[in-house]
Amino acid sequence: MKKLYVFLGNLTDISIGDFSADKVVPPSGYTAYLTSFTAGAMAFLAVFAMALSLATGRLADRWSGELARTSTVRISAPEGQMLAQLDAVVNVLETTTGIASARVMTDDEQRRLLEPWFGPDLPLENLPIPRLVEVLEESKGPDMEGLRLRLSAEAPGAVLDDHTRWRRPLVAAASRLRSLGAIAILLIAGSTAAMITLAAQSALAANGQVISVLRLVGARDVYIARAFVRRFTMRALLGAIIGTTLGMVAILFLPSAAEEGAFLTGLGFEGWYWMWPLLIPPLAALVAFWATRTAAFRALARIS
Amino acid sequence: MLQLQEAGFSYGGRDILTDVSLDVAPGSFYFLTGPSGAGKTTFLRLCYQALMPTRGIVRILDRDVRGLEREDITQIRRRIGVVHQDCKFVDHLSMAENIKMPLQVSGRSSELDDASFRDLVSWVGLSAHMDALPDELSSGERQRAALARAVVMSPDLILADEPTGNLDWEMAQKILRLLIELNKMGKTVIIATHDLQLIRTAKSKVPARVLRIANNKVQLAGADL
Repeated sequence: MKKLYVFLGNLTDISIGDFSADKVVPPSGYTAYLTSFTAGAMAFLAVFAMALSLATGRLADRWSGELARTSTVRISAPEGQMLAQLDAVVNVLETTTGIASARVMTDDEQRRLLEPWFGPDLPLENLPIPRLVEVLEESKGPDMEGLRLRLSAEAPGAVLDDHTRWRRPLVAAASRLRSLGAIAILLIAGSTAAMITLAAQSALAANGQVISVLRLVGARDVYIARAFVRRFTMRALLGAIIGTTLGMVAILFLPSAAEEGAFLTGLGFEGWYWMWPLLIPPLAALVAFWATRTAAFRALARIS
Repeated sequence: MLQLQEAGFSYGGRDILTDVSLDVAPGSFYFLTGPSGAGKTTFLRLCYQALMPTRGIVRILDRDVRGLEREDITQIRRRIGVVHQDCKFVDHLSMAENIKMPLQVSGRSSELDDASFRDLVSWVGLSAHMDALPDELSSGERQRAALARAVVMSPDLILADEPTGNLDWEMAQKILRLLIELNKMGKTVIIATHDLQLIRTAKSKVPARVLRIANNKVQLAGADL
């Protein structure tokens, strides 16, 4: 807890401390551009990682929600028994607790389902295609095992598919993608910290004379560190603002896909989720603050 | 002001200074002499805690340096003005900013008004160079600027390590005159030098004592200088 107070205290120093301390660090140098560029590039990537994570999260929720409330009964029966079994199935479904509605899919609907594989001119009436009944469940849902037993008793050709078999891997894949997006953001933060640490160490080494002069005239370590920390924090913040802005603009102008590309269409931010990327610049500044502060105090401890 | 009791410093298994005992009274003026590599700079570094003694006791401004935290060392350094032969500055800042730096880093910038600052730079003869960068100054000017920086906080103790080493005789005398003036204002001054002529000149103007480092030991020199 004490460490947290010290950390927050130093964070406050960044904003309201002695700004004249900044002047002791030479104003230019390649580390300045390196830090801003790194922070900008990482922020740009973080926007996409965040968009991916949020999009897959939405996808997982949608698939999970939509598929969880629906199931299908497939009836395969000889031509002469099809109608009887269809009636029996609908009757069973309509009298089962937990089922909101049951609807026999029309020939047109079935043709559209098969169209991607067999083309638009499929002679459905001449083929032994199973008939499908779409079932919408109530929020609590039916007793699936009991329903299966009743269906097999009333219509031997009926098979109940509650989508679990293929819903689970889809939802698992989407959830995994969401986790990967989050891991990518953590890796980006870690890489940013590593690169800024290297840049800060390089700057500290290049300014050995400045540090030795400051020590000689009685500067406290926190004063010396602050000069470097504030410089790097501000550079990272500036770079991250530019990178985030470019990333958000790129996401905004992603080409819109039709229904067939629904997944790609979902790779943007929706509604208030556009606020999420705005967290990236302050987080990048926080990472830079922590990385530079750690590097600075470690380097100063080595110098007598 | 400064007390050493059987103090010593070793580095890499080699004794640099051994059994140094000395009591420097406030307002005194000391020269520290000896051949190159004798340990003059090490002695001064022990005095401003750039080095810690490996043996014995060193007390500076009534504080035993053993076990001092970094913060304590910083507080003590603010009461000591140090001038090196290769006086270092922050190269991208003007001489005015460099000279004021001790005040700035200790948060006391407001304590020095413009008139006092002008008096200080006029005293070291650098009034016309305050906007210049350190690299634009000559060795003598840099040395005087270093002296101005060392005294801007009105320190109790002034340590000068070969302050005239790179200077011609005329400029060396100017620096010496400034240091003697500081001593007459009540400051304690310790100058490390191997320039015996400078020491003789000073002794004719101020009651200076001379310490000689030989065989890793610090001894009070006699009248043979």
